[in-house]
Amino acid sequence: MVVLKELSTEELFTSGHRLCAGCGEGIINRMTMKALRGPTVIVAATGCNEVASTIYPYTSWKLPWAHVAFENAAAVASGVVEAYKAMARRGAGQGHIDVVAMAGDGGTYDIGIQALSGALERGHDFLYICVDNEAYMNTGIQRSGSTPHGAETTTSPAGSVIPGKPEWKKDLIGICAAHGIEYAATATPAYWNDYITKVRKGIEVNGPAVIDVLSPCPLGWRYESARSIEMVKLAVETRYFPIYEFERGKYKLNLNVSKPKLVEEFLKPQGRFSHLFKPTYRKDIIDEIQQNVDANWNRILKLCTN
Amino acid sequence: MTIMGMTGDEAVAHAAKQSKVDIVAAYPITPQTIIVERFSKYVADGEVQTGYVCVESEHSALSACIGSSLTGARVFTATASQGLALMHEMMYIASGLRCPIVMGVANRALSAPINIHGDHSDMMGSRDSGWIQIYVENPQEAYDWTIQAFKIAEDKDVQLPVTVNLDGFIITHCMEGVDVLEDNVVAEFLKTRKPFFKLDTDKPITIGALCFTDYYYEFKMQQVDALSHTPSVLDRVAKEFKGISGRSYGILETYGMEDAEAAVLCLGSTAGTAREVARKLRAQGKKVGVVKIWLYRPFPIDEVRAALKNVKALAVFDRAISFGAQFGAVCSDLVSALHTVDRSPKIFNVIFGLGGRDVKPSDIEHVFNEALETAKSGVIKQETLFLGARE
Repeated sequence: MVVLKELSTEELFTSGHRLCAGCGEGIINRMTMKALRGPTVIVAATGCNEVASTIYPYTSWKLPWAHVAFENAAAVASGVVEAYKAMARRGAGQGHIDVVAMAGDGGTYDIGIQALSGALERGHDFLYICVDNEAYMNTGIQRSGSTPHGAETTTSPAGSVIPGKPEWKKDLIGICAAHGIEYAATATPAYWNDYITKVRKGIEVNGPAVIDVLSPCPLGWRYESARSIEMVKLAVETRYFPIYEFERGKYKLNLNVSKPKLVEEFLKPQGRFSHLFKPTYRKDIIDEIQQNVDANWNRILKLCTN
Repeated sequence: MTIMGMTGDEAVAHAAKQSKVDIVAAYPITPQTIIVERFSKYVADGEVQTGYVCVESEHSALSACIGSSLTGARVFTATASQGLALMHEMMYIASGLRCPIVMGVANRALSAPINIHGDHSDMMGSRDSGWIQIYVENPQEAYDWTIQAFKIAEDKDVQLPVTVNLDGFIITHCMEGVDVLEDNVVAEFLKTRKPFFKLDTDKPITIGALCFTDYYYEFKMQQVDALSHTPSVLDRVAKEFKGISGRSYGILETYGMEDAEAAVLCLGSTAGTAREVARKLRAQGKKVGVVKIWLYRPFPIDEVRAALKNVKALAVFDRAISFGAQFGAVCSDLVSALHTVDRSPKIFNVIFGLGGRDVKPSDIEHVFNEALETAKSGVIKQETLFLGARE
């Protein structure tokens, strides 16, 4: 845990970027920058964050930053980490440099999962942050492996036969933990201290670490842009998105939600779920989502040792 | 100097080792595998300080290489066939981000049907990716060109990746005597890489930014410019290399072209056979010659024009089909290069050796005789000859 006064006032992610008003990614970038411990290189996957922050000849990044492609942030980070080590062995280079890879959920849950798995298995010392807004927002809101059940996207439209995405969100933390890495965690920008603490932990670990940070998206989730932090707070308060970490083989619940709100409270303000409420109230689907939320919460509670 | 018995793959691995690469990120694939096997043994035995990133796919291999190269490190990888095809996306990014990576390509046919033997369809599929592309004839050339490739790639006026192409099995797996330089001679020749930009925490820059309609084109023009410097840089590097090795290299190599009336133009191992056949035919008084292209990309337009200025008929060998096109890639390039010259030879295309189909001296003799007949008659009998294919 940190206190606000301890945080650097320096902004390594600067204003002038073209992220949407209310986008979670800008907030997450700033928080991430404040959690760094020293010289750091950022490796970015293709996505909103990259296209909105580095429109040539401008950049919002005041630290070395590289984007290569969509599916390979973890592989590129592997190369960066090992190259600094190799150059240090021959007396060149700049000493230890922290490497942070950032990708969206499309670049992580879907197209980038192989590169991520390979990098975790090989054990490179880097932090991988999945900025998870639960769909391919950059290309115009298409479903990903992270999109929740029932959500409407442009490739999982709410039709008269299929009411939004039929499949469920992938368990990214479970996948990462199964690689036996030292650290994996979930977070949201609604709990800044939790997130910043986790970023710092992930950097300090000797080896790969993964954070899945839920990033509110006014455009894709379809809510008023001023309500971003409220949305991810509701995700936590309804137990839709449990905040926990996996550290050296042990799970720990970081935010207990003893009196959860109904998941309906998280779904209702968001346009991506509006077809569950209008024209007919789809109790069947909302109940199904509630049951899944409860089951997932109980599953995680069982894993947690605290 | 020491003569060592080496396959082409071993020669490439040895060259990469002596080039003191910081990073090798690679994935195994026949017929390249010996390269990465040898290299991992060097690492396991502590013979090199290289970081070996044993990745989970060729796509990640080249991705990791790009990441490493951006830090200023010297980087090597190797692949073949499906592996190169999987790298295709990253090929364009490696050249676009100006990463002077050197990659050994053990040329192999592309699936389907699956086939592990040599042809050029893999590299020809990525020929427009902005990489410098060199084709070698034998293990000695594989060794020599791998070393020279780093110096060309890392040159300030170039800063582009290079593939060193060696025919699958014919070169990769055949052992020959390779004249190997001393470690310190190679180290002194190459020195360490001096990057002209890099991921530097003291001087942070953004690499791989988004470029819209207003700048993208100019970035591509810079690549065109860099490629245009390659022939002169290659000549300079080859001269220096002759100084340490006694062996002469350049953009292309000719045999009998002073007075040849009919010639064969080819890449890679086929040149050796073609030269032997030409020697025999010349002894019979037939005026034939051979042009072997070392540097395929950028395509050596001026050098090809000069080499072919007196020849009457030319057979261009392509070890890959360019489906739906009039000719294979090399022949198309050749015809393009000659279309504005006053007197172009009569050109026909020879598609051969697909999926490792053997090309025998008698096959090449047949082509020479066809070319001689064309030189005499001025008539092209067949624009594309599918050499050795069953009906």
